[in-house]
Amino acid sequence: MSYRQACYDEPLIFDLESEQFCGDEVLKDSPLPETLRRKCLNLPDLPERDVMKHFVRLSQMNFSIDTGFYPLGSCTMKYNPKINEHIARLPGASLIHPNQDESTVQGALQIMHELENMLCEIGGIDAVTLQPAAGAQGEFTGLQIMRAYHEDRGEERKEVIVPDTAHGTNPASAAMVGFDVVELPSKNGMVDCDALKSVAGRNTAGMMLTNPNTLGIFEKDVLEIADIIHDCGALLYYDGANFNAILGKTNPGKMNFDIVHFNLHKTFSTPHGGGGPGAGPVGVKKPLDQYLPVPRIVKNGTYYSLDYNYPKSIGKVRAYLGNFAVLLRAYAYIRSLGPEGLNEVSSRAVANSNYLKTQLEKMIDLPFGGGRMHEFVLSGEKLKSKGVRTLDLAKRLLDYGVHAPTIYFPLIIDEAIMIEPTETESIQTLDRFAEIVHEILQEDSETVRSAPHNTSVKRIDEVKAARELILSYRSLKEHERKFKSHSS
Amino acid sequence: MLPRKMLDKLGISSPDELFREIPDKARIDGLNIPPPLGQIDLEREISEILSKNRTMDDLPTFLGGGVYRHHIPPVVQEILSRSEFYTSYTPYQAEASQGMLQALFEYQSMMTELTGMDAVNSSMYDWSTALGEAALMCHRIRPGTRFLIARSISPERKAVLRTYLKGINASIDEISFNPSTGKINIDDLKSRLGEDTFGIYLENPNYFGVFEDEVDDISRTIGDRPFVVGANPLSLVLARPPSEYGADIVIGEGHHLGTNPNFGGPLLGVFGTRKEHIRKMPGRIIGATTDMAGKRAFCMTLQTREQHIRRDKATSNICTNEALMAVAACAYISAIGKRGLVRLVSDNVIKARKFAKMISQIDGFDAPIFDATHFNEFAFRSPIPNDNLQKKLLSNDVHGGIPLDEGFPELENSMLLSVTELHTEHDLLAFKAALEAME
Ligand SMILES: Cc1ncc(COP(=O)(O)O)c(C=O)c1O
Repeated sequence: MSYRQACYDEPLIFDLESEQFCGDEVLKDSPLPETLRRKCLNLPDLPERDVMKHFVRLSQMNFSIDTGFYPLGSCTMKYNPKINEHIARLPGASLIHPNQDESTVQGALQIMHELENMLCEIGGIDAVTLQPAAGAQGEFTGLQIMRAYHEDRGEERKEVIVPDTAHGTNPASAAMVGFDVVELPSKNGMVDCDALKSVAGRNTAGMMLTNPNTLGIFEKDVLEIADIIHDCGALLYYDGANFNAILGKTNPGKMNFDIVHFNLHKTFSTPHGGGGPGAGPVGVKKPLDQYLPVPRIVKNGTYYSLDYNYPKSIGKVRAYLGNFAVLLRAYAYIRSLGPEGLNEVSSRAVANSNYLKTQLEKMIDLPFGGGRMHEFVLSGEKLKSKGVRTLDLAKRLLDYGVHAPTIYFPLIIDEAIMIEPTETESIQTLDRFAEIVHEILQEDSETVRSAPHNTSVKRIDEVKAARELILSYRSLKEHERKFKSHSS
Repeated sequence: MLPRKMLDKLGISSPDELFREIPDKARIDGLNIPPPLGQIDLEREISEILSKNRTMDDLPTFLGGGVYRHHIPPVVQEILSRSEFYTSYTPYQAEASQGMLQALFEYQSMMTELTGMDAVNSSMYDWSTALGEAALMCHRIRPGTRFLIARSISPERKAVLRTYLKGINASIDEISFNPSTGKINIDDLKSRLGEDTFGIYLENPNYFGVFEDEVDDISRTIGDRPFVVGANPLSLVLARPPSEYGADIVIGEGHHLGTNPNFGGPLLGVFGTRKEHIRKMPGRIIGATTDMAGKRAFCMTLQTREQHIRRDKATSNICTNEALMAVAACAYISAIGKRGLVRLVSDNVIKARKFAKMISQIDGFDAPIFDATHFNEFAFRSPIPNDNLQKKLLSNDVHGGIPLDEGFPELENSMLLSVTELHTEHDLLAFKAALEAME
């Protein structure tokens, strides 16, 4: 095995030595009156050369899509085309202020309006807001709309049904909007319509569903599920995190969902930025559009303007109109692929997933068997007999220069290993990944249990992190001082 | 088209066979969106659309209110362009992601230094959602039904706060500001405090750029109720950290540390708190620890507060955040450095004063309208209604500030003007000349 991640003993930037003494005298030149002033400030003060070196070194100790295979299930780690980065940095996009007069931002509003229309078409819905900053905020927005809808009809419905395979943001968002969460146990990895019938009723505000679900299984009873939900006067919410599997084949509108969120940072290739930013537009069917956040972008002739006059709107969910630089990248992605290109995305994503699955299910159990969509979830339960857990396998994968899958999610699979290869990976990459897993399963368990060995640090003590809670440079120094005085 | 090898291995002749589970009634027949564009046409077409915008380069713009255009040293853009950073995901596998984790830890450290808080999370979506989350956190610390806010906060953030409070069925109550100083009216604060008040929020400097100088009194008045302070982190380079006057939670906007306005997104919500409340905090937090060999290392910590573990009992639903913006802020602070920051922020304050003075010399124009110490922005009043004023300014190739009378009907014909180091003498004079032409 030849992979080694860069490994620098890179100090914290606060500990890089500055040649210039930089005390707190500078603060005395402040134009603020004495009573408002701070007395001390500990921030680095370094030459540009040292700053650049520091961050380049850090970047080299960071695995990324551009470094290697990143089959993180549920996250859709596809390649982020560089043309979109280039476009997002154009001054016409980056140097406009959200409070500019409408007449001076017609281009930006046009892009957003067109993106809304394309998302309506892709999602099979009637209206879209681009405001939400991420998928979870899309859920928050969609559930606020659900709440407003019922309140508007004079109904107080308190419950939101969430399958036990759902992502954690689903129940968390429902709780934030003030709903009680009813968890629905699945049957064979899918929604159990009988169980659903027994919990859905007059108190049900709605149900949240991901389709394909987080096991990568298409909920083929989706139309029946929609009927059950609608028959009791509730709404069906589509968590669009797995949209990559259905692009151009079906859409949430056709599956009879009422409210949808998209994750532009998953399906539409905008980079994840080490955790963010993303964008989580929300689409709805009529008549729910009247509850969408304000302002709405409206087009009159060729002129775009912002309309706040929606008295039933849920209000605002964040400042301004949305993560514009992310929206623009997604817009560029959709325009560059066109209808056929998007259709091929789902074909290849699902093919890649099944291709890899056929190889891996020979080595590690695939609960519920059968075909999968864009991702699949293995269970590492039986690895335990070899003295190895899913966590160990994940860490050992890092040693081979590939990222680990998502692990221990969804919660209903013991020792879950959730793999999503995406459409942008080659057959060669998939074959190599399968080979690596095969090699690891032959290795002696001690090597695997003590992995990783080739990353910039070895297995990390996360329990200690939670116990000691060192969350800043200041507390790190205090901790080191305490430790020193203890040991001397 | 799928490669032959793949079709063979899957035992299929067309990818359609992989989608058999989709019910016929739910299938669609193609997408009705524009045809694909090659790179050249794509860039041409989008550039053409974007050329309909008038950028802050095209016309001197005096907008602020939470989004600012500051100079971004090219080294910061270079750092952000490292695709090892921007194409990575949330650092779930800490061992392979030390770079991002260390950068975020450094960001947290810089923000704890500026705010005086013990812990700052690794980002919220923006200042407004940080406010919403702060209010919810106050409610976890101390139950109640009323959240008190200063009237002198951003109307944009107030609107978002209202949405976030729906889930706990709480109401907002506003503390008035002194019409001559713009500062919070402490008597009004006293009269509104009640047993049902579960938190108090003010901004310092406030939306009008005014520094609150009676914060110690305010803090005493509030007593042990959770106290949230919002601040532009750049102001904290010079100003007292809110920890010194009893803040339990400090929030703010940090996008302008290293990234452009981008039409208002992505932004960077700063969120910090004191030690005793850490477990009630929303968002991802990076902690220092060691690896098996005893080497210093970083990982996400306190995850038991978060949605993927705690689900409907989580402190927030946030998952994807604004991590890259936090790296930008960290790189920006590092690149400008302590002395550079002090100089830059001081210059901004001085320039704003000078700008206000220039405007007030024109007959009929009042700037700043509040008698107080200001940061880099201030409210000004003109004899002309805002709509008209903005139009006239634009026809003179200048963009005015944010009209204040929408959020504050009592501030008729007033605008919020903001300046940074990027405004040249020429820009200020152009604005002045445009006003003079209107007299
Ligand atoms: C199935 C599912 N739902 C919702 C989300 C939340 O989306 P975001 O991280 O954009 O907030 C995720 C993200 O990981 C997800 O995988």
